[in-house]
Amino acid sequence: MSELVTINHGSGGKKAHELILNLFANRFGMGLPLTDSAVLNMDGSALAFTTDSYVVDPIFFPGGNIGKLAVCGTINDLSVSGAVPKYISASFIIEEGFPVEELERIAGSMAEEAELAGVRIVTGDTKVVGRGKCDKLFITTSGVGFLKPEFELISSGIMIAPGDSLIVSGPMGNHAIAVLGARNNLSFSSPVVSDCASLNHMIQSVLAECRKVHFMRDLTRGGLSAVLYELAHLSEKGITIDEAAVPVDDPVKGLCEVLGFDPFNLANEGKLLFVVGKDEQGKILDILQSHPLGRKSAFVGVISEVSKSEVILNTITGGKRILDIPSGVQLPRIC
Amino acid sequence: MKYIEEYRNRDLILKLSDHIKKSVIRDYSFMEVCGGHTSAIHRFGIPSLLPPEINLISGPGCPVCVTATDFIDKAIEYSRMKNVTIVTFGDLLRVPGSESSLEKEKIRGADIRIVFSGLEALKIAMSEQEKKVVFLGIGFETTAPGTAVTVRTAKEEGLKNFLLLSAHKVMPPVMETIASEEIKIDGFLCPGHVAAITGSGIFNFLPLKYRLGCVISGFEPTDILQSILILVRQINARSPATEIQYSRVVTTNGNLTAQDQMNKVFEHCDANWRGFGTIPGSGLRLKSEYEDFDVEKRIPVEPKLFHDNLSCICGDILRGLRKPENCSMFRKKCTPENPVGACMVSDEGACNTYFKYHAE
Repeated sequence: MSELVTINHGSGGKKAHELILNLFANRFGMGLPLTDSAVLNMDGSALAFTTDSYVVDPIFFPGGNIGKLAVCGTINDLSVSGAVPKYISASFIIEEGFPVEELERIAGSMAEEAELAGVRIVTGDTKVVGRGKCDKLFITTSGVGFLKPEFELISSGIMIAPGDSLIVSGPMGNHAIAVLGARNNLSFSSPVVSDCASLNHMIQSVLAECRKVHFMRDLTRGGLSAVLYELAHLSEKGITIDEAAVPVDDPVKGLCEVLGFDPFNLANEGKLLFVVGKDEQGKILDILQSHPLGRKSAFVGVISEVSKSEVILNTITGGKRILDIPSGVQLPRIC
Repeated sequence: MKYIEEYRNRDLILKLSDHIKKSVIRDYSFMEVCGGHTSAIHRFGIPSLLPPEINLISGPGCPVCVTATDFIDKAIEYSRMKNVTIVTFGDLLRVPGSESSLEKEKIRGADIRIVFSGLEALKIAMSEQEKKVVFLGIGFETTAPGTAVTVRTAKEEGLKNFLLLSAHKVMPPVMETIASEEIKIDGFLCPGHVAAITGSGIFNFLPLKYRLGCVISGFEPTDILQSILILVRQINARSPATEIQYSRVVTTNGNLTAQDQMNKVFEHCDANWRGFGTIPGSGLRLKSEYEDFDVEKRIPVEPKLFHDNLSCICGDILRGLRKPENCSMFRKKCTPENPVGACMVSDEGACNTYFKYHAE
């Protein structure tokens, strides 16, 4: 029996990486490293370009819906590469029988979110498929942003240096838990609201003031663990994280205990990791904490002197262990 | 009181670690029976807080891990039948059978659904009466009462299409098997949630008959460290006994309601365990008045072939004879993405835990 695609190929774990790298990127001749956005140089100016598909289930959840998510996600992918997001496309695959009223609500929140973020939705496409041929609604958004020359190297990770500080912009796991809680087959209701938000204004306010932002990444699929793993391999450096310093809201913490999840592995849709020069750590934290989307930002770890791609977690107990990329079954259709 | 932070207090943890270091006077081997303990020990980095004299060994308390290959093969046989829906906890999906897994059957089109409790299986059976709904019941004394309530509800509701494939097991016989084997252990960290149901008494034979230390432990770092400290003290004083560390949950008599439900529906039978073979009296099957719900009686199947992967050492790992890194496939051919053995599948499996947390 030849190999078939499993749900795990889409989980953001190791299997997903193999699929993206070996099956797609190699055939397309894409340059490494693979980052959230491609940086395109043309006639002396640079553009960041990205695309993402959204299949979240359910399509409405506390704190957002699939449309808001699709706009924020693409804005954030552009923003963490250092770009100012400008234009977005939106394509819709709609299942026959889908209520027009819900589509109106979704389109409404996309328009609202784009306006808030100062981004224009300029082109798109719609396809309708027969009942049962897709699940309600899938959305693909692509986006371009302008990238100033001084920020062109941020997404490559080559500026990361030993001694750099790691900052996360808020508590982990709220999006994943909010979506899970909204699923009908789970017999719990939770007060947790998705953190789904456009981060471009907050990121721009940091970049406007600071010159030592060495790397940024939004903490989506695979959560903080996956991003730290990628960061260690991208930079070929060790990372030390203080578990107790990483913010996690109490309801998320409690539900993770009950459900057996690790908040570090859970998807966020409005959080990012900064790697910054140590002497700018305080200044960046001040800027973040004075922004509504970054109030609970925290310093969580450092790039170590060790030249080994390894993430060491100092656990809350005072013990140590390696923090690996999430493997095995992750939560499907969280974004 | 939030019942999480308090048990993860760093000062308290370091004090306990210090007490343990000062108390050791020889080498000690303790088996943590429950997969939940194995997972917590490595997630919190407990080994780095222990002196080298203390060796922790994982035991057979991960339900998915000890589920034998022939059970998976039977479930696969049922999943291939027309109008049969398999309802299961997620972990079982990826456990390799002789020649397939439930996950592979699902990708190929079998109707296999994941639930978080047996009562959800019952809902499916009620709303889809044209289907035979086979619930895969696994787990120890912790989950068996839930299955018992599910079966009793099915009977009360007069449901004809709800069926159970039971791999439910009980803990004491397998612990007695380990205690009477040649493996050198000084004591057990006993499973806290099993004891919450059964009461602490079921473990009394360990100190009385086998002179082994026996502490029923909770699952937080302070619980585990305190339990280890109690075990060290029991061994040092040569006075093994059943002690309850997890006293906020466990009592001597346990949960009588849950025991009553279990006893009404199930009776003990011989059961096949991965790594141990058949252990007399270690399984739970439906009593005769509930046998209409026993899928093996209603639709008997005999899987065509049955073989375990011979190079997989899950069996030895479950018996505490070897550790995951002693397996030539660990981290190479066998990973959480491509599990060869059951211990790599479950979050509570020793191999999965050692893989995830890079334990040694």
